[in-house]
Amino acid sequence: MSAPTYLITNARILGGEPTDLLLRDGAIAEVGAGLDVGDAEVVDAAGLVALPGLVDLHTHLREPGREDAETVESGTRAAALGGFTAVHAMANTDPVADTAGVVEQVWRLGREAGYCDVYPVGAVTVGLAGERLAELGAMADSAARVRVFSDDGKCVSDALLMRRALEYVKAFDGVIAQHAQEPRLTENAQMNEGELSGKLGLTGWPAVAEEAIIARDVLLAAHVGSRLHVCHVSTAGSVDIVRQAKANGWDVTAEACPHHLLLTDELAATYDPIYKVNPPLRSRRDAEALRAGLADGTIDIVATDHAPHPLEDKDCEWAAAAFGMLGLETALSIVQETMVDPGLLDWAGVADRLSYAPARIGRVADHGQPLEVGSPANVVLYDPSARRVVEAGELASLSRNTPYAGMELPGRVVATFLRGRATVLDGKLV
Amino acid sequence: MKRHLLSAADLTRDEAELVLSTAEEMRSLADRPIKKLPALRGRTIVNLFFEDSTRTRISFEAAGKRLSADVINFAAKGSSLSKGESLKDTALTLEAMGADAVVVRHGASGAPHRLASSNWIRSSVVNAGDGTHEHPTQALLDAFTMWRHLGSLDGRRVAIVGDVLHSRVARSNALLLHTLGAQVTLVSPPTLLPVGVETWPVETSYDLDAVIPKADVVMMLRVQQERMHAAFFPTAREYSRRYGLDGRRMASLQDHTIVMHPGPMVRGMEITADVADSDRSVIVEQVTNGVAVRMAVLYLLLGGSQPAETEQPAETDTEGADA
Repeated sequence: MSAPTYLITNARILGGEPTDLLLRDGAIAEVGAGLDVGDAEVVDAAGLVALPGLVDLHTHLREPGREDAETVESGTRAAALGGFTAVHAMANTDPVADTAGVVEQVWRLGREAGYCDVYPVGAVTVGLAGERLAELGAMADSAARVRVFSDDGKCVSDALLMRRALEYVKAFDGVIAQHAQEPRLTENAQMNEGELSGKLGLTGWPAVAEEAIIARDVLLAAHVGSRLHVCHVSTAGSVDIVRQAKANGWDVTAEACPHHLLLTDELAATYDPIYKVNPPLRSRRDAEALRAGLADGTIDIVATDHAPHPLEDKDCEWAAAAFGMLGLETALSIVQETMVDPGLLDWAGVADRLSYAPARIGRVADHGQPLEVGSPANVVLYDPSARRVVEAGELASLSRNTPYAGMELPGRVVATFLRGRATVLDGKLV
Repeated sequence: MKRHLLSAADLTRDEAELVLSTAEEMRSLADRPIKKLPALRGRTIVNLFFEDSTRTRISFEAAGKRLSADVINFAAKGSSLSKGESLKDTALTLEAMGADAVVVRHGASGAPHRLASSNWIRSSVVNAGDGTHEHPTQALLDAFTMWRHLGSLDGRRVAIVGDVLHSRVARSNALLLHTLGAQVTLVSPPTLLPVGVETWPVETSYDLDAVIPKADVVMMLRVQQERMHAAFFPTAREYSRRYGLDGRRMASLQDHTIVMHPGPMVRGMEITADVADSDRSVIVEQVTNGVAVRMAVLYLLLGGSQPAETEQPAETDTEGADA
């Protein structure tokens, strides 16, 4: 597949001085001011920030099984529009991605779609049932080369099973990405436990149910000398635990989701399940702690937890609704709103939290490389001065469950390049 | 009054007092030979019950009929929680039938709020109990009952005792009684008080014996024995000993103090039979007052607005297992 040669002119790499980038044969061939056009197609990037292609460590593509909500094709289109060149597809599909066969199927669908690279996440336990280990080695050795394992949606709550999983994946440099949720403390939980849950009569999801599991898991990871990744950290207490674990030198990484950076539990007072997500939206104090943790590196990455659901699973009473919200097409804007514009993170920091670090945690070699000569030509051009009002109907996802509909957000992804091929130009899919 | 009654917090003091004084007029109707007013003739009220509740449904039905409204009972076989027809489709059906008011009882907290704010229907929505959230007409009838016995509620001490955590009655009463100037104390084991209760406009106590001698009203809440299986308390016997209202505790009440219960009672659990059947007990009167208060609410919500434009159904539909 030979992509055209692109000359990106006057792009501000990581927000720096304007310069040109020449993308040829899937790689960044030249970087510098005033590059010769030759036979290249010119992309005028004046005023735009160039970032390495974004990498999402936490995406639900829903295929196989829930193609009414999202497919690999539609989900990767949404990803490209959001500036992503690689996504990790979570394992809670139907059938569950707990065998080499299923992860290879998802991997192959991603290659056929071509909008971004799809790295399947393998289930830790068979059927996400939390009873016995899935064939982690077979998934690691498959064509999909799985390195991230997670029962996301469910917690590996059995301490012994979690210990064994952490130990076992050391053989192939894998990582266990834990959905930290103590199941007994969160039976029928609907929203953040606090003042508002008591008033609204919605069963609370207490912070301690997340923090207790994270505390246990960082100790287990340290004990067996393995890698732990904590999914969607949502509370101030969790940030403190991860910070302490890192200070101890333990190999622990953590992610925060855009919605937990921006939104708070007060939205539950609408009883509109568009705001129902797991872990739930927390307090203002928690959101601020997440921002601070992301700024100082305690939280390594932003991951979307993009969770598409068909309309009928949200157009109902709160308790009956599904957990989850869309995230791929709005993630970068929300990071700008919550981190860049307030001065907590510069564009180099954004590149780290949304590209370098997630690629490193997922052991993805071809992504998360700096924009320099020789790197794979995975590039996103972003206009931070644009403003847009989110319209649910205009999203590329098959689902419409965005909590940001009608909200004005900063920034716009203008172009995305995957190995030198444009997947998005002028803000539209190619 | 506003278009909907979803929460006791929707009512200002003036509005709440208007409901009570209107209820007093409605109640006097019960003494007349013809217990019917033409106020809501030609208006349609749907009782939409996703949960079985004979007493609340009958109370609303009687209230609507005494105001000459067409009353339709719709017992949904199960909410979308149990894979029945969805709340939305049910609402669209009612809209198509031209309901002026929908009285909804639902197991999910916030379901009436969803109905009122979703644009699925245009009619007034009255919350007849939603999950563990609120039951505002119960609070209004409780306040009405207190008001008839005690006069103004300003400064009156009301003890609400029992499973506050799971009680929509407690939530609505705490809000409404505060609005009306009463001092509410919630009495409960710590496990059955909601997180964040310290921000409510109430006092709390774990000690029933310390609270009730000063109370003007003791309201007992239903406690389900099954709660002990989720470790809220060790045994039903221990619960009764610490938080049940029995003859010994009743003896410590002031002479004028009344005993209330929203029903259905678990005799021997939160209240003993001798207390429930005593002179202090106004439990049966609460039921009578319930009809008057619901008449007042329906009258005030619908009295000023125009009838729904769509055609009225010819006869009453009693679909489903109406309990």
